[in-house]
Amino acid sequence: MSTDAPQNLITISVDGKEIHAKSGELLIEAAEKAGIFIPRFCFHNRLPQVGVCRMCLVEVKGPRGFALQPSCYLPVADGMEVITDSEKVKKAQDGVLEFLLINHPLDCPTCDKGGECPLQDQTLTFGPGESRFIEEKRHWEKPIAISKLVFLDRERCIQCDRCTRFADVVAGDALIEFFGRGDHTEVNVFPERPFTSYFSGNTVQICPVGALTASPYRFKARPWDLSQVESSCTTCSMGCRIMVQSSQNQLTRYLGLDSDSVNHGWLCDKGRFGFEAVNSPERVTAPLARKDDDYVETTWAGALSQVVEKIGEAKAAGDSHRIGFILGSRLTNEDMYAWVKLAKGVIGTDNVDLNMGDGLKGSIVAGLPRATINEAVSSKAILAFTGDIKEEIPVLFLRLREAVKAGRTKLVTIGTRANSLDGLSEATARIGIDELKSFARGLLKDGSEFGEIGAVLSSQGVGSDGDGLVVLLGRENLSVDQSVAEAFALELARALPKARFLITLRSTNFSGGTDLGAAPGLLPGRSLLGDVSEALAERWVTTPSHAGLSVEGMLKSALRGELDLIFVVGADPRADFIDSELANAALDEVDFVVSVDTYMSETSSRADLVLPAAAFAEKSGTTTNFEGRIFTLNQKVTPPGVCRPDWIIASEIALEMGEDLGFGSSSEVLDEIAAVSQLHWGLSWSRLTAAATVEGALVPLSPTALSIRRRAMLDQVSTPGIASVWNQGLAQSKTAYLDVDSADGSIDPASRAVQGIGLPEPLWPMEAIQPAGSLSLDYIRKLYSRGEHLTRSPHLSELIVKPKCRISYDTAKQLGVKTGESVRIIDTGGGEASFEAEVDDAVKEGAVELIHGSFLVSGFSPVRADKAVNYVKVERA
Amino acid sequence: MSFFTPENLEKAKVLVGLYPDRRSALIPLCHLAQGQRGHLSHEAIEEIAELLEIQPAEVMGTASFYDMLHTEDVGKYLVGVCTNVACLLGGGQELLDHASDVLGVSPGGTTEDGMFTLEEVECVAHCDKAPCAQVNYRYFGPLGNGDFDTLVDDLKNDRLSESVPPHGVLSRVFRDAPPMVPLEIIHQERRKMDEAKKARLAAQNPDAGGKQ
Repeated sequence: MSTDAPQNLITISVDGKEIHAKSGELLIEAAEKAGIFIPRFCFHNRLPQVGVCRMCLVEVKGPRGFALQPSCYLPVADGMEVITDSEKVKKAQDGVLEFLLINHPLDCPTCDKGGECPLQDQTLTFGPGESRFIEEKRHWEKPIAISKLVFLDRERCIQCDRCTRFADVVAGDALIEFFGRGDHTEVNVFPERPFTSYFSGNTVQICPVGALTASPYRFKARPWDLSQVESSCTTCSMGCRIMVQSSQNQLTRYLGLDSDSVNHGWLCDKGRFGFEAVNSPERVTAPLARKDDDYVETTWAGALSQVVEKIGEAKAAGDSHRIGFILGSRLTNEDMYAWVKLAKGVIGTDNVDLNMGDGLKGSIVAGLPRATINEAVSSKAILAFTGDIKEEIPVLFLRLREAVKAGRTKLVTIGTRANSLDGLSEATARIGIDELKSFARGLLKDGSEFGEIGAVLSSQGVGSDGDGLVVLLGRENLSVDQSVAEAFALELARALPKARFLITLRSTNFSGGTDLGAAPGLLPGRSLLGDVSEALAERWVTTPSHAGLSVEGMLKSALRGELDLIFVVGADPRADFIDSELANAALDEVDFVVSVDTYMSETSSRADLVLPAAAFAEKSGTTTNFEGRIFTLNQKVTPPGVCRPDWIIASEIALEMGEDLGFGSSSEVLDEIAAVSQLHWGLSWSRLTAAATVEGALVPLSPTALSIRRRAMLDQVSTPGIASVWNQGLAQSKTAYLDVDSADGSIDPASRAVQGIGLPEPLWPMEAIQPAGSLSLDYIRKLYSRGEHLTRSPHLSELIVKPKCRISYDTAKQLGVKTGESVRIIDTGGGEASFEAEVDDAVKEGAVELIHGSFLVSGFSPVRADKAVNYVKVERA
Repeated sequence: MSFFTPENLEKAKVLVGLYPDRRSALIPLCHLAQGQRGHLSHEAIEEIAELLEIQPAEVMGTASFYDMLHTEDVGKYLVGVCTNVACLLGGGQELLDHASDVLGVSPGGTTEDGMFTLEEVECVAHCDKAPCAQVNYRYFGPLGNGDFDTLVDDLKNDRLSESVPPHGVLSRVFRDAPPMVPLEIIHQERRKMDEAKKARLAAQNPDAGGKQ
């Protein structure tokens, strides 16, 4: 029977039809791939199967004839005979549904799930149609809030174990559980322990009934009133694929799409519920010009001519180098390119950067050999020297957790402080900054004092040249200057030439921005300032004559009075730049600050001119995640007022200056990117949308093919073959492969080799001397660190972390301070601020932990830009 | 750490150490905690979770599944009256009604003085003495209404304290176990046994060529 099956596949018969399947694949999945839908509730392809709902019973032939078996629990075997539509199966389905409906309230008209409910849909398709139940149903208190974001209605629950399995197995936050037994079974939280998981929204999405609902969406819309487009989340640099849904020009909901390479269907709560910020009534909707201490609305024409006048003045005062551009990582690739072209290609300054002092130098981001997430989770071993992944890129944490728990790879962690990856690590080393150099040089070479790390890597078969090793590189502790992480990475890259890097910085489009030249010294396509390609020279009026300044450099220069004009595009340096004191003092010095923003942020509210920008889902474009994978972003709603996409604003400024940037739509910007950048060759809007792919496109495009998986469904249970349900779901594109070479024959594989820029010598900063009486500083970021995005989202804003200072027991003892009491922190610049102390033994001895973004105190900045390592003094207040 | 007495905390740590996976000690710890206070308070559950390095919700999930683990306060004596077939025919329902009257609580309730909790239970395998009841899982039967009154009186006046300890106290002597045998040694021993068996079979059956 298996003779005619393709290699590695076996043949089974389902309803008399022969289908091919992978050996060991679950019957329910094999049948679904062949177009035969078996109804289910508890089964989810990203969760371990439990077989509790019994909805997927089918007849399978065994030694004693056909018998009912759960298809979600049965791996296929060669020659297996299955019947999914017999009377016996139908009776079983009827029975299961009748039992499920015994206690399920029929409150569909007031239930948020009504219209997209798998229980509703599958009852209609497979159910008995009539109820014989006349008794009183079981009653529970109607929805109880199990967290600030999630409501639970236990009457509707069918105990499929999806949410509890997700919380336990995937997220590792088993805060919800089944309590009780039999018909008294309920899902609940332990008293006083709310469901505060960062991933709680996923349980709402996978709930097959309306038992779990999310507070930002409750009673906002009916599913049939929603329209949707596919997009990517831009909350962090992961680029999780999402479905953006709206009703009456208001965003209502994001749902996670299942992408093999990226998010596996999961989202973090910050990403999922951040849509509220876009709907915020506090948006900037018209250009605002400062008049004395107030702002007056002005027109685009007036604003643009003022901008151009200021550019002219700055140029007249010296040259274009008196102008600076601070770009925000929320910008799309198109926005980045347009602003880079305006700055570098029209005005001629290289003062363009997007690193708020919490990232890495663009030339290093562009130069390090990269890995993908999938490569990392299947590598021999992962070495992490990065910020707390769970706090910064939460869904990457889920991917790493899954891979480590399944034993696909092993993780080792080094760093100055405890990190949520420690719990997944095979070995963890607390390492001092002064030890990093010898660690990087000696790793896998000698039996150094961090032997345990080396031993794990060696036992995993990592070569002494770093073969098979993926390094997660980020900013482990923001109190340590980026030059340390950079030198460490360069040293590692040199010592282990085959190791590859996953640059785990959280800023959304840092990777795309860097690839497009939004960093000093770089041009689009990961190339250096001097390497002006023919294609670029053709389209750019000018190129900068010499390398410009980073954000830090621009701010220092501004403080000296050397900058007349600064454009802040989608960034908020006054709040976000690592040395907020420097940022505030510097921006106060600049003659004219233009802020292109969506809200009146710290920076905008003190700028001279504010230009209103379109937010996420209000414009189309592309974004690049930290792997270098490009995703499409689609417009769903129209921007309020006269907001414009950032790239149009750059174009308009150029036009006002008498130069045409040369594009009239975001897809034309992408065409130009593909034309001038080696890295982006072959990319186009039509190819990204028609061809692809929920998986995005990794640049440079692989010469083999862009593999296009059949699009994942919104929810695997929402497809019982009812036309209306199919329509709600995603358009299902067939499995297809787009061969980049043959697609239109325009790409020569040989020309696609991106040379890459050489890596500089590692440059270690001078050793920092700890001042007497000071403590070392752990300056970290939390998922809910304050930001414009969070403060403008009513539901998320409740979760913003309070400014707190965590200290260890011995420090507390020395100071005589208890949890809840107040301490005064004095930074190296002499600024001081008071914080509520929290004594915690997770903080290492002699350290103080502060959360970046949780406070903004004038005169106080625990991290100073000119210090390699920052220390603080702590006093009892 | 505040729920377990220092003595019980030591016992808890021994129990946790008995298993390769900490959470395996969940039910033994629940019994230990119930023995200390008669029921599993939230405080106890939180401390068990801390000891096992899991979430309180997971402890609650398990504890609430089992009828013999009580997450709500119960009296010193848990009185279960059987109303399953054999007892029902012998007057179990009448006994339950009488118990309810005497104690002044309906099934599921606890008397105000905290002495008794009344339960209706399914068959407890004491059918030969129907109608029966159990007090802290000790059998009594057959029980007429008068017998029940006497039983309650005895319990109230501590005349049965020898045979019926307060609810939650385990009858078993606390078991101590030797240190855990490492898995490698177990595998080693198994291999030795397998080889010995193989050799023995081969010696018995030289023709079979190792067939077992």
